[in-house]
Amino acid sequence: MAKFKPDGKKEVPAISTGSMPDIIFMLIFFFMVTTSMREVTLRVKMILPQATEVQKLEKKSLVSFIYIGPPTQAKYGTESRLQLDDQYAEVSDVIQFIEKERQARNEADRPLLTTSLKVHEEVRMGLVTDVKQELRKCGAFRITYSARKGETAGK
Amino acid sequence: MARKKKKVPEINASSMADISFLLLIFFLVTTTMDTDSGITRRLPPPVENPEMDVKVKERNIMNVMINKYDKLLVNGRPGDIATLKDQAKEFATPQPGKENAPEVEYKDFELLGRVATNKGVISLKNDRGTSYMMYISVQNELARAFNELRDEMAMQYFHQHFTDLTDKDKIDEISKAIPVRISEAEPEEIK
Repeated sequence: MAKFKPDGKKEVPAISTGSMPDIIFMLIFFFMVTTSMREVTLRVKMILPQATEVQKLEKKSLVSFIYIGPPTQAKYGTESRLQLDDQYAEVSDVIQFIEKERQARNEADRPLLTTSLKVHEEVRMGLVTDVKQELRKCGAFRITYSARKGETAGK
Repeated sequence: MARKKKKVPEINASSMADISFLLLIFFLVTTTMDTDSGITRRLPPPVENPEMDVKVKERNIMNVMINKYDKLLVNGRPGDIATLKDQAKEFATPQPGKENAPEVEYKDFELLGRVATNKGVISLKNDRGTSYMMYISVQNELARAFNELRDEMAMQYFHQHFTDLTDKDKIDEISKAIPVRISEAEPEEIK
């Protein structure tokens, strides 16, 4: 039987930090793979409405975004504006924008292109309807109304 | 020239951890995990000649209107967002033989067999002044009605929730048996 001998000072061996870089590298690779950097700087305020029946967008590379909301900076007024890519745009620019988005994808993917409408919850439908009409004109029929998951307003 | 063999000094690797930490923090900060989510809809193709109106029988239509004060009008009566889902669900449920309910069409499916499908269309109209929040709430309630119907059907036939179904054929057939028919009219003013 082994005895528990009370041997006064037993030094705790130093923990080897040699594998630290490997562990950190592993974490880095994880974040590198999962990361998706913000592509545009928002120039409109963006509080998305809430909805319970939301679906996840499947292929992010096949989605083009249209932002609608009141400008972030007061000097541009409070009237809701349209943002395509990085700048303000007019409703008539939508067709050109969709055409450009289509050109950027390869031919097989073009019919699958979805337009995501990211609209601030206080925007009036007039502007949204105008954009939808433009989208219909240029044949971009697949749209999603971007929303956060949660209870809807008006309950 | 006789060159002395110089010893290459070993590179100190102890700062490696710091460098990788720096990178790690960079990616931690820039990463956005949130996936985009939303309500997916299909827009109708543009109307070629606006005079030619498609005639749909009155019993096959459920009219939902939202005015600029965000008030609802369902089939000519003031409606409420809280009861809209149930109304839409009742409308979209196939009810063979019922007089005022939308018409029913029988279709044959591979997995489901012969199923009654509803020919009803929900017509959604909104004013230019309607708030987007209200519009999404209404779209959400209508989507919920259809999702619940699909879920019930999946439960009945496959004993699984619709969202848990993985077989693409099953999902396709149920989606065809209960199609989401929401038509959005050409924009017009609503008083």
